[in-house]
Formats: sequence, structure tokens, C-alpha cells
Amino acid sequence: MRTPTGGRPHATAASAPSAPFLDVDTLIGDRQVEIVICCGSGGVGKTTTSAALAVRAAEAGRRVVVLTIDPARRLAQSLGLGELDNTPRPVVGIDTAAGGSLDAMMLDMKRTFDEVVLTHSTPDKAEQILANPFYQALSSSFSGTQEYMAMERLGQLHAQATADAAAGRPAWDLIVVDTPPARSALDFLDAPEHLSSLLDGRFIRLLLAPAKGPLRLMGVGFTLVSNAMNKVLGSQILTDVQTFVRACEAIFGGFRQRAEDTFARLSSRHAVFLVVATAQRDALREASYFVDRLTEERMPLAGLVVNRVHGSTLDVSAQRAAALAEDLDATAAVEAEALRRHADLMRVTEAETALLDRFAAARPDVPQTRVPALPSDVTALDDLRQVGTLLADKD
Amino acid sequence: MSGPRHTLHVVSGKGGTGKTTVAAGLACALATRGRRVLLCEVEKRQGLSELFGVPPLEGDEERRLTRTPAGGSVFGLSIDAEDALREYLETFYHLGLAGRALDRFGVIDFVTSIAPGLRDVLLTGKVYEAVRRGVKQLPTAYDAVVLDAPPTGRIGQFLNIHDEVSGIAKVGPIRSQADSVAALLRSRSTIVHLVTLLEDMPVTETEEAVSALRGTGTGIGTVIENMVNPSPFEPAVLADVAAGAVSLAVPGWDAPHNEALAAEFAVEAARTLEQQVRHDRLLRLGLPLVQVDFDPLGIDVESLFGIAEQLTDQLALEAA
Repeated sequence: MRTPTGGRPHATAASAPSAPFLDVDTLIGDRQVEIVICCGSGGVGKTTTSAALAVRAAEAGRRVVVLTIDPARRLAQSLGLGELDNTPRPVVGIDTAAGGSLDAMMLDMKRTFDEVVLTHSTPDKAEQILANPFYQALSSSFSGTQEYMAMERLGQLHAQATADAAAGRPAWDLIVVDTPPARSALDFLDAPEHLSSLLDGRFIRLLLAPAKGPLRLMGVGFTLVSNAMNKVLGSQILTDVQTFVRACEAIFGGFRQRAEDTFARLSSRHAVFLVVATAQRDALREASYFVDRLTEERMPLAGLVVNRVHGSTLDVSAQRAAALAEDLDATAAVEAEALRRHADLMRVTEAETALLDRFAAARPDVPQTRVPALPSDVTALDDLRQVGTLLADKD
Repeated sequence: MSGPRHTLHVVSGKGGTGKTTVAAGLACALATRGRRVLLCEVEKRQGLSELFGVPPLEGDEERRLTRTPAGGSVFGLSIDAEDALREYLETFYHLGLAGRALDRFGVIDFVTSIAPGLRDVLLTGKVYEAVRRGVKQLPTAYDAVVLDAPPTGRIGQFLNIHDEVSGIAKVGPIRSQADSVAALLRSRSTIVHLVTLLEDMPVTETEEAVSALRGTGTGIGTVIENMVNPSPFEPAVLADVAAGAVSLAVPGWDAPHNEALAAEFAVEAARTLEQQVRHDRLLRLGLPLVQVDFDPLGIDVESLFGIAEQLTDQLALEAA
């Protein structure tokens, strides 16, 4: 319909751009959605968001398992889990009236990797691999391994859910994944690829190559390379690498195949990504990179969760509050301090609003939900319920 | 102040605690009159150039990030393990052709990604070289080097270079490099600072990092409590405010406004009290504690100088 002369009745030129609302209740209510992945840079509250979403979905009737990757055992505290454990355990205290359930687990990266090795090689070979220094380094400290193993474990959980459902057993119908605490949000997408390319790289193929035959021509360059490596690192390293690579050869293909399968599943309509951030410059910059990357790769982005957003119900500006505080004398010390704190809060709120508006203006199609800063730490199931309510709340 | 003069300050902290900001503030604090301070980042984030509002730091360039009001200079260096390995091979082995071959075959990527500890040896090797310039009194020497180190979860491993590498390199130049770096990290010239917020998780990680570091032989300097909102009131007063037992009377305001302000202040007071509990936990570590105030305006170069001033006041900075 054409508007009459006079133009835009609802918006003025000065009004801030507002992003569409990210409705997490619709998201978790959609039975087509089987996997939710929470991504973001370190320290933005990914674990809390994942756990809160899992609790809310379970109490809304979904059969949920939440997978977290977390050396600090944060989720364990809020979900009442004791040990770091690679196996999903039921969370006690969930309201199951709607027919849902919640299991939680924390990824043990090394154990997942070891299990893969044990499953896919002969006992002799497995032992050889597990004892190799390169394997030990790769499975415990390589920065991409966590992401890779998260994918692996996600694939396993999904397979178990499918098998349970097919056999008529109670089965998970929603997997919520918390991603590793990365320096960059993009690591989750990049690291598995990096690991694959390392294990499938030219160098590895050369190490595996026979000394004769069609590959012999490459041998000249390789001698140069291996001599250089021996010189710098000492010759025993190359031998260790070769042993490692030969021993692992059989399982590499399987790894890559399963990682590709999981990735394909993530691109389907059964998975969605939530990008988690705070209203800070660094976190939103990471969120932008991630949103752009998901869009570029046509991965299903549900929207942006902004944690720890500040605000006030008191409509008094920072300047006004600061001026009032200054005029008060010593008899009103509490009032003066309260006003100074309010002034600080309003300054923070203004800065955050400006950053969020800028994000919304640059990416108007990305739905957002904003979770207010909580007065205290999230340590119990009730806290997670409260976070869930705030996540689902439009204001 | 007497005592050892630290030339290498390693700054770590949980993600989101403002580790990079505090490291930058510390570098500014150390850059007093005529002094040159190098600020290094090792995780390829370009956090320093963002923070100081300058173009990204590329390759091995050491560029001046700022001059401080106290008359010194802070330089920035963004260390990349792969570049460091290439440079290392070029410097020590003149591996022109072979060096390029290594790159072509993906060996540089392989070695820096998989060989345990090697990445960290390369990263800290650059830092070591910068510190050594001071010992050798080169014209490019720095009076202090500040390292924006990996987060607390990884800091014990990062500083325990010697053990990390020994499983792999038993002989050879990498091993001797690791030994030299380890000696520097364990010397009295090196000190580690841990940045935390007064919240439960960061404090827990700080406690864990302190016990991890106590096994490495590296000295721990201070725990820096970041983004603190100090209150002029005694805990008893704050407890009353938090409990909603204090009503406010701002002149000229009606009851709803005063009540809204009181409710808001009650939340703030509760948070301040919780911060006090975290502070008491940190006191038990037996380390010097330093506080950096929360800045509601956000962080820019000017506020870094403000942080530097707070650090200078509280730390016994061994300035010239």
C-alpha cells in the first residue's frame, strides 16, 4: 500500500536502526532443528548461553544433550555436575512435566582422540600411536584439536540419537554445542580444516611416499627439506614424525570423512548457529567476522545473542545525574554515590547502544536478542532458568 | 625501591578480563622519561594496533605505538610463529632455497602447528632476542619488554618451555634455544602478572594459574584486579543498601524516581560486596594486588595513560 503524502509515519530520520528480534523459543520449539551451535570469542558467555538454552529447551519438552568444551568446568558448576567427563549425564532438577530431559557432558579432547584411535586401528598399531610424542602433542595441545574433536563428538552424539530413535529407545532430539574458548570466533570453522590439511598435506604424503616410482622426482626437494629439518630440529624428530604418520595413516581418511559428514550436517536445515557476543568493540568485531563467514559459506545463522547488556529503568541522563551528585553535600553521601553510579551506568549503556546500533545498521538481516547484565554470577540451575527467560524476552 | 629490575613482564589473564589493555597500560607505565618499552603480542590478533588505533603490525617490524605523557615511547611487535621460524632459519642457517622448499612442502605449517612447544619456543625466542639486546647494549635495546601472553588456561604450559620441548628435541639448535629461553624465564629479570576481574570464574582461573606457575620457576609479580568499581562506603552500609533498607531522597525527585534509583543502587551495592569477597580470596594467594578502576567511557589511548598512572601509583615500578 502506498502511504499518503508526508511519508514515513513510524520512523523518523533520527531513530536508531533496530535489528529483527531473535526468538529463541520459536527456535527451540522447531522440531526440525536438531543441532544448535553457540560460537563467539573468549569471555562472552558462550557456555552460559548454551547451558541456559539447553535448560529452557528441555523444560519446553525437548530431549536435550548439551556438549561443552570447557577446561574451567563452568558448566559443571551451574549444572551441578562434578567431574569432567566425556559421557553425557542426566542433569538433576530439570522440570520434565513437558516430556523433555537434559543430559550434559564436557568434552575430554584427549580421550575422544584416543578412543578414535582405538576404534579405528589394530591394538598393536593403536599402542604405537598413543605412545608417539607427536600424537601426544597433537591430541593434547594443538589448538585445532579441540574444535576437531568437538565435531567428532557431535557426530557421535548425533549417531547415537539416530540409532536410539530407530530402535524405539528414548533419544535426544536436540544437541546444543558450546564451542571451544578460542582466541577468535572463526577458529571453530577454520581449525578442523587446518588439521585436515596438515594431516593430508604434501609434507605428510612425501613422508609416506615410497623412495622409488613416480614420486621419486619429488625426492630431490624432499631430501633438501629433510636435511634442513634434521639440521634444525635434530634427526630423531623426523623419524618420530614418520613413525607417527605411518602408524596413523589408516585412521586419517576416516577422520576427514567424518569431519566432512559433520560439516555437511551443519550446513543442513537441521542445524543452526548462534553467534554470542557482548556489547563491546572486540566481541562485536569477532561476531561480525563470524556472521560474514557463515553467510559466505551459506551456513544457517539464527542470529546474535548479546550478553551482559546494561540498561536502566531510570530515565535520567549521565550528565544530569553527575551534575546532581556534585550539588549534594555530605549529608546526602549515599544519594551522591547512587547518582554517580547511575551516571556511570548510563555512560556504559550509551556506549553499548551505539555499538549495537552500528552492528544492526551494517547487518540489518541478523536477528538479535539482548540479555541484560545479571547482578551476580551464574552458579545454579535457577540462574540458568533466569538467563533462559531473559534470552527469550523481547525487551 | 631497590630489588631486582625486571626487564621482561609477562601479562596473562582469562579471556575477557582486559589482559591486552592492562599489558598496554603497564607498557605505558614503564615508559617514563626517555625509556623505550617494547609491547609484544603472540596470538596474531592485532589487538595492539586496534587498541592504539594504528595500522596492523606486519612481519618483524617494531613500530612506535605511542609516546607517553611521561616522555617515553612504547613500541609494538606482533609475533607470528611461522615468520619467526622463517627468520630463524634465514639468520642461523642461511637457508635460502631450502627455506623456501620448507614452505612449499607445508613443513613450516606442520612444524609450527604440531611439534609440541616448538611454537612457543619460536614465539618466546623473539621476545628473548628483544630482551637480550638490552644485555648486549645494542642501539635498538629496550629498557623493558612487556608480553601480552596467552590466557591463563595455557600460561603454565607456555612458560614451561623446557619440559614441553624436551619430549621432542633432545639435541640441536632448537633445544639450545629452548634452554636459553627457559633460563631467561626463570631468571630474576622475568616476572608474570595475572589480570582478573572480581568475578568467580576469573578468580578461580587466577588461583589455578598461580599454582601452575609455582611449578615453573618463573616469578609471579602481581595480580591485577581490572575494572574495579571502588565504593566509598563500609561493607555494613553497602549491605543495608543491597538489602533495600536504605531509602533515598534526591532533592526535587518524586518517590518513584527515588525508588528506582535505590533499586539500581542496591544491585550495584550487592555487586560491590561480591567483589569484596573475590578480593579476599585473591588476598589469600599472598601476592601483591593492584586495582585498575572500571572506565565507563571504554578504552582508548588516553584511558591507557590513566591505567598507567594507576599502575605506577600502586606498583613499585623501577623507573629510571
